[in-house]
Amino acid sequence: MKVEEIVKKLDLKVFSGENGLSNEINNGYASDLLSDVMGSAEAGSAWITLQTHKNIMAIASLKELSAIILVKGYKPEEDTANQSNEENIPILGTDKQAFEIAGELYNLLKK
Amino acid sequence: MHFEYNVVSGDFSNAGTASSQIKKVLKQLNVDSVTIKRIVVALYEAEVNVVAHSYGGTIFADIDTKEIILRLKDTGPGIPDIKQAMKEGYSTASPQVREMGFGAGMGLPNIKKNADKLDIKSEVGVGTEVMIMVKLNDN
Repeated sequence: MKVEEIVKKLDLKVFSGENGLSNEINNGYASDLLSDVMGSAEAGSAWITLQTHKNIMAIASLKELSAIILVKGYKPEEDTANQSNEENIPILGTDKQAFEIAGELYNLLKK
Repeated sequence: MHFEYNVVSGDFSNAGTASSQIKKVLKQLNVDSVTIKRIVVALYEAEVNVVAHSYGGTIFADIDTKEIILRLKDTGPGIPDIKQAMKEGYSTASPQVREMGFGAGMGLPNIKKNADKLDIKSEVGVGTEVMIMVKLNDN
């Protein structure tokens, strides 16, 4: 499913990386530990986290993730958003907490 | 091919730069994507370790048709007990570094899982040298 479809269906904000809205999302990964994501997330995943600093973009880029979803109303830091625009990996946002949005994304991708 | 990258202590915003550049080079060399992913995970973790724990260091990367050898040499406090440092969940990272989501004690285990060879030499009060070797196109 494309990032833009998930944005619509889960009512997500798009903070940055608009050029990557046609990226395909095949899976999801929820974690706030960067080494855990680095070690275990699959390419093509949407990463659900509350981390907002620039290193999340380094990881998303190196792991070829399709998008990052920030939870609980968190916003990306400015340099994080800039790198998201350069890499075309969208940073999305929701006011929901990780458990809820992960559940919704799981149901959406399972179909 | 030989590459060198300088790593600055505490400069988290540039952590991953060397990993990203090496990834580009390996893609250009048509190294298979599974191998590239392993190299990138190992190098990123090692790079972050230099940023988080040392006073600064250098990454030396040597690539030939058979293998990539990454050497990360830093000056810094060193690792008193390497066996303990290798244990999953053990970390000496500062609270600030942990708040960023680093310092979960998964870095060195991640490197070990993804490398064909990992060798760590360290002297307390002097610094640490980490050698990571990954065979290329061997899957």
